[in-house]
Amino acid sequence: MQITSQTFKANSVKALADVDLQRALGNVERGFIDKRQKAVDALPEFDALRDNAVAIKNHTLKHLDLYIEAYVAKVQASGGIVHFAEDADHANQIFLDIARRRKAKTVTKGKTMISEEIGLNAFLEKNGIVPIETDLGEYIIQLRGEHPSHIIAPAVHVNRDQVEADFRRVHVDLDPMRSLVEPEMLLGEARQILRQKYGEADIGVTGANFLIAETGSSVIVTNEGNGDLTQLLGKCHVVLASIEKLVPTLEDMAQILRVLARSATGQDMSVYTTLSTGPKRPEDPDGPEEYHVILLDNGRSNMLGTEFEDMLRCIRCGACMNHCPVYHAVGGHSYGWVYPGPMGAVLTPSLIGVEKAGHLPNASTFCGRCESVCPMRIPLPKMMRHWREKEFESHLQPTTQRAGLGVWAFFARHPKLYRAAVSIAMPLLKRAGGSKRRFTSLPLAGGWTKWRDLPAPEGKTFMQQYAARTNGAGR
Amino acid sequence: MNENAVRHDNPPRVALFVTCLVDLFRPSVGFAAIKLLEEAGCAVSVPTAQTCCGQPTYNSGDRADTRAIAEQVIAAFEDFDHVVAPSGSCAAMLKKHYPELFAGDPAWEDRVAAFSGKVHELVSFLTDVRGMTAVAAAVSGTATYHDSCSGLRELGVKRQPRLLLESVEGLELAELKDAEVCCGFGGTFCVKYPDISNAIVTKKARNVGMSGADMLLAGDLGCLMNMDGKLKREGIAVEVRHVAEVLAGMTDTPPIGGRL
Repeated sequence: MQITSQTFKANSVKALADVDLQRALGNVERGFIDKRQKAVDALPEFDALRDNAVAIKNHTLKHLDLYIEAYVAKVQASGGIVHFAEDADHANQIFLDIARRRKAKTVTKGKTMISEEIGLNAFLEKNGIVPIETDLGEYIIQLRGEHPSHIIAPAVHVNRDQVEADFRRVHVDLDPMRSLVEPEMLLGEARQILRQKYGEADIGVTGANFLIAETGSSVIVTNEGNGDLTQLLGKCHVVLASIEKLVPTLEDMAQILRVLARSATGQDMSVYTTLSTGPKRPEDPDGPEEYHVILLDNGRSNMLGTEFEDMLRCIRCGACMNHCPVYHAVGGHSYGWVYPGPMGAVLTPSLIGVEKAGHLPNASTFCGRCESVCPMRIPLPKMMRHWREKEFESHLQPTTQRAGLGVWAFFARHPKLYRAAVSIAMPLLKRAGGSKRRFTSLPLAGGWTKWRDLPAPEGKTFMQQYAARTNGAGR
Repeated sequence: MNENAVRHDNPPRVALFVTCLVDLFRPSVGFAAIKLLEEAGCAVSVPTAQTCCGQPTYNSGDRADTRAIAEQVIAAFEDFDHVVAPSGSCAAMLKKHYPELFAGDPAWEDRVAAFSGKVHELVSFLTDVRGMTAVAAAVSGTATYHDSCSGLRELGVKRQPRLLLESVEGLELAELKDAEVCCGFGGTFCVKYPDISNAIVTKKARNVGMSGADMLLAGDLGCLMNMDGKLKREGIAVEVRHVAEVLAGMTDTPPIGGRL
């Protein structure tokens, strides 16, 4: 997909002015936060589970090579094939080779962010293959020609009215008199269309929430069951997954699952948790004839052993964005690529380069709410700061900003000069503030005063006043 | 002096980290902090070699300058029993982030750890370290309290200001909706991304307006200036003050940003 992270600032201004989007974002702010809190409150050992989950992932990442090796052997033993993809193009090419060999015309898709990361839909369309999204949210945005704006609620930026209009536009057989007022009615309408597609599809593509080294299984969690139909009804199942999805055992998966849905949607568990291990065996009543895993790196192995390794613990629950004031304000599309919110602010520069995504780690107030709700305890603000350090080191920040900072740092390091300078400046600034004791506009402070007044200083600095008082007392 | 404050024959030597915003914009907060610390039985000093904790450079990715500033702060403050700042954000910088800055440097690690162990946010120092449960202040009105992010999430400051505010004679407390949500200040964030910052502070100002309070309090001057600036621009008549001013009973001065 086209990357627009470079224009984050302009994207966000546009998003702030989008009335429909702002209405939709209100739902993120209310629903997800309360549901997560209730689920956490109901489970006293939630924090202990988090520690456990963190330990599992840290251990796995330290020995990722061994677990990948074990996983591949198990997949092969169950009759599946693992393909390694270095980057997006490579992954797409592997997929196309599979599709061509099977003479595939349509592909159903469920539950895959990686396909967004590699731009699979556009690639398939270019090669004459029709991709069909089967998750309701994904289906809606596919009809709209958009991309997900959230990692678990891809169409959270769209309102119900917009969805109804889209369905009436695209579903030509839809009776104009039929009511679509309730979300369930919209779901029913989409389901009716999609049910035909599952059986017709030549290939079913899913992602994976986990890959299990112990058994060679891929695991998806869904609430709609579309993932199950995608991977079971197609004649060929292709799993698109990135390398950090590995966990050692089924027990490890079960542990992490306990924090995943609670953090994401406030559910104890999602409605479906489905494990796939290889293709259909002779005694199985159903299942795909072929089972492939495309294991994508796309920059992740470069994060191992660096200050960004912790980010590879991410289980894509979306809690960070659900609790982020910046995400609430601008929505997911503003971030300009697949991964929005605080996790995107760390992951996106890692995967596409900080020169393209430098705004993302900067556009944070460092309020820390993301880290406080992250089930995997990923220190998101700290890692955003690491990106800012990398930018600073490579002189990527605007010159004026850098110069201003340099002046501040110089004075901060020279207390006497600092005292002298501010002792002159503050009384002047106080006088300029006038009887209102505040500024409604101020040169060089336009970013502030565009939207708010600036309180004027009281006059003499604290240090001036304090020195005067203590000297007076001493005499 | 308040009856709950602990008396000592050898009062602890407390260094006040004034914070740059208090020094430049709101000196009255510094004097309120001194008054409260003295009421809590401390001998207060104000080291003159202080400027800023280094957050502007730290959060802009300039580690070298931040470290130079940090070394200066540590040298100026490490000989005291405690270091107290009327700001959760600056206290968290000194307490939580200085050790990160020096991590892996054996020449400094122990020294930084000893220093950071002595750092406290003002209100939590009064309650958690000095055992204060009440103040001797009287202020009439209804106040609402915003939990600034760093103090709340990095230092666990939540209950402490409410405990002391409840003891202020004549003061009613009204809880603020989404009190724990960021006000959109974020240091340089507010000028680098003014439109997003505005969207966030607009929600905050609306919640303050709906709280029914006539006074908005918090423990960080940056957040207070941001919220006050928005309230004034929107014409919402709520006085904005640092919590220390109210706890010290020093509310005869004009509020932040003047009166409407």
